[in-house]
Amino acid sequence: MNAHDASPGTDHGSPTLSPLGYPTNLFAGKETFEGVNETIGSVVLRDRQPRPWWIGFIIAFMLLMVLFLAISWLLIRGVGIWGINIPVAWGYAIVNFVWWIGIAHAGTFISAILLLMFQHWRTAINRFSEAMTLFAIACAGMFPLLHLGRPWVFYWILPYPDTMKMWPQFRSPLVWDVFAVGTYFTVSLLFWYLGLVPDLATVRDRARKKWQKIFYGVLALGWRNSAAHWQRHQIAYLLLAALATPLVLSVHSVVSLDFSVAQLPGWHSTIFPPYFVAGAIYSGFAMVITIVIPVRKIYRLENLITLRHFNNMANVMLVTGLIVAYGYFIEAFMSWYSGDIFDQYMMTNRVLGPYGWIFWLLMLVNVVIPQALWSARVRRNLVALFLVALSINLGMWLERFVIIITSLHRDFVPSSWGMFFPTIWDWATLFGSIGLFLTLLFLFIRFLPMIAISETRELVAEPQKAMTL
Amino acid sequence: MKKENLFGVAAEFRTHEDLLRASEEAYAQGYRKMDGYAPFPVDGLAQALGKRNRVPLMVLIGGIIGGAGAYYMMWYANVVSYPINIGGRPMHSWPAFIPITFELTVLCAGLVAFFGSLGTCGLPKPYHPMFNLPEFERASQDRFFLCIEADDPIFDVTKTREFLHRLSPLTVAEVPK
Repeated sequence: MNAHDASPGTDHGSPTLSPLGYPTNLFAGKETFEGVNETIGSVVLRDRQPRPWWIGFIIAFMLLMVLFLAISWLLIRGVGIWGINIPVAWGYAIVNFVWWIGIAHAGTFISAILLLMFQHWRTAINRFSEAMTLFAIACAGMFPLLHLGRPWVFYWILPYPDTMKMWPQFRSPLVWDVFAVGTYFTVSLLFWYLGLVPDLATVRDRARKKWQKIFYGVLALGWRNSAAHWQRHQIAYLLLAALATPLVLSVHSVVSLDFSVAQLPGWHSTIFPPYFVAGAIYSGFAMVITIVIPVRKIYRLENLITLRHFNNMANVMLVTGLIVAYGYFIEAFMSWYSGDIFDQYMMTNRVLGPYGWIFWLLMLVNVVIPQALWSARVRRNLVALFLVALSINLGMWLERFVIIITSLHRDFVPSSWGMFFPTIWDWATLFGSIGLFLTLLFLFIRFLPMIAISETRELVAEPQKAMTL
Repeated sequence: MKKENLFGVAAEFRTHEDLLRASEEAYAQGYRKMDGYAPFPVDGLAQALGKRNRVPLMVLIGGIIGGAGAYYMMWYANVVSYPINIGGRPMHSWPAFIPITFELTVLCAGLVAFFGSLGTCGLPKPYHPMFNLPEFERASQDRFFLCIEADDPIFDVTKTREFLHRLSPLTVAEVPK
């Protein structure tokens, strides 16, 4: 028995292949470079894809078409097709934006922070979670642009020397947001692509069809695996991870400042930045679990993504969930303690007003149900964990609904009160964005290596690093 | 093959330990213009070959330029070029300029890390003489190569071939330009 056979979570039988062709266990049996290259690298080069991939892709693609329809109608008719009005000028677009950008955070958390901590087991999931981050930011970034009303002049937010000699107002959190989300997307993209380049070279060198040689050859940028390449690649990858880590904290803080810098009761609060960041990681891990449980089941990745991974992710959700619950409590306490009648009314209205049932649903799905994670049996029972994660996904969406809509619909002057009701186009855009996310994820699984090949080869050559698996 | 048409002489090895040892010996022999090729990052290989890495310094400079440039841009835009009174705050309200200063520091450092690491490698580069070696596609799969290049001052086709043969490689081959 060699060293890495002793690592937990591996079975010692011959490697079984998942329907997608990935090994269900990277370190069972075929512990050779060629075995790794063949099992991971050749998947993207195959002509035919298995049935589960097609079913998932077709459903996702239909949802994407719903999104295109909704956006087309929006561009024709304008934002009036949504339920937004005055006073509720920020409707689903901003709820969805904050929800998606929160989901993105778990991917960076998993890939960058675990890299900096030399957790080599991340190799199994880091590429996948980085891709998830990227696609979630793409979904998020779309919403504020669509909400502009005239998305084709979005560049007016950027500082550029225009003929009217106008500059953006840099004291505005909305302008900070443009830079925060733009930086987050760019750095995540660079980090993901830099990690992919050596694997694209592997796929290029294995490709036998002409279009594949050209496609992967162009993407691999002429990578030659030379010592100088690796030296600069490794340091740049590490530095990008180090740069992405503070972004996890900063992006959602800046998003929360969109609210807390405004003077609206229910928004104007110093608790927002930390509580938004905790909520982002909470919802991100919930989304990872929601996607990974079925993917692991369908593609039989049980030995690669072990119950220990789920247990750890559930622990992260429990901790961040408690921070979020504390945030809810402090919001309520401070609105009473402030002595400000508008703040006190906001809280009463939030709990007992026309949207009160949503508040209580939020408390149920985001605070009460996740307490089940205290039990180790729930954390290791995938059906229960899946249901808790779904509940948190819903809960984090409802949280943004409560913050945005109940705060806006009744502010200082009763004559300007109103109600918000979503239209079918609000729902179409929300579900369509899920279609965009899943379509990109399925295309990623089809055309790019889902598991980092060169990092896996390194673990084969130096098996002591795989001991942490 | 004539020296003018020759890029170098390459030796192929089975393991990364063999490549690392061969690189150290070649460096000790006095060869400088050479490179090692491995399907994953081998600890210490670049140092053994005497490769220098300026990427961290470039990233630091990129970050400083990004941060200072961002702050200067905001100060110039909102204080000098187009001053507007927002809620009676001072024109040079520096705390409001911090978030974008931070974001652009990270953005510029990240862009420099990405383009700097590729640029110092000479990438993207679709053609390179090493690709003329038929076995070279295994450098991204499972084999390790050391190539001593023809423009090294002490390069000599026969002597270098003999030297590489002494390092117990699988094969030694000439790489045409």
